[in-house]
Amino acid sequence: MTTFSTVLAAAPSGHYVQWGVISISVTNLAIIGGMLVLFVLALLVPFPRGPHDRSGGGEQR
Amino acid sequence: MTTELRTAGASERGNWTTWLRTRLTRMVPPGQALPDRQPAYVASWIYVFGVASIAALLAVLLTGAWLALGGATWWHVSNLGHFVNSMHLWSTELFFVFMVLHLWGQFWMAAWRGRRTLTWVTGVIAFLASIGTAFTGYLSQSNFDAQWISTQAKDGLNAVAIGAWFNVLNPAQMLLWHVVLLPLAVGLIVLVHVILVRRHGVVPPIDAEQDRPERAVADEGRH
Repeated sequence: MTTFSTVLAAAPSGHYVQWGVISISVTNLAIIGGMLVLFVLALLVPFPRGPHDRSGGGEQR
Repeated sequence: MTTELRTAGASERGNWTTWLRTRLTRMVPPGQALPDRQPAYVASWIYVFGVASIAALLAVLLTGAWLALGGATWWHVSNLGHFVNSMHLWSTELFFVFMVLHLWGQFWMAAWRGRRTLTWVTGVIAFLASIGTAFTGYLSQSNFDAQWISTQAKDGLNAVAIGAWFNVLNPAQMLLWHVVLLPLAVGLIVLVHVILVRRHGVVPPIDAEQDRPERAVADEGRH
């Protein structure tokens, strides 16, 4: 019977992307890609406005 | 009568109490410590990542304190310990994701403009101190992963001649760096960073109208 610890010990160490001198795990690459997507979305998605916000926006300093 | 005169004289000349009170009072402009309104340009998701980083940092500190109460045998074997351990890891992951997104946003809008150099510098220091805190956290897991990382790191740290007083093969020293010294450093520098943001206001986008003259006057001498 396969125990949980045996499965952990036999688990692969992960997949890596090799590009010249650059070596990065697929997991880390996916996280960086997700951060880039989140950054672009933060620039493009409109920010919700509350009912009490003036039409021209908030305080002008 | 002598006492009254002495008190009045000290008040006129000033002492460390009055000096500190004045400094604290003038640390941020009136009403800007906890403002309930912001300039219109702040209505963008790109401005959310700073406070998201602070929220994640609070989660990191709370779960870290919980882990410290339980101890290694608790977080390695119990279900609740595993859960809190995972919360500590993932709040740290989110802290770094939000902090890097905050860094990208502030970098591309040149957030050091308008006498905000020190704000930028304290942010950089907070980032570097956070990396050190996360590193010592990996060394404090008390498992084979921690052993592997420490043996991989020792040569690099010895090569830059700091291994004698920052010894990654000493788990107790690394644990104390992780739970005392570095959290204090990160907490203090983040506090200074937030105070500076409130002192100078949120940086406007590059193409936005610059601060009004009264704000510029209010910023005179504030560094």
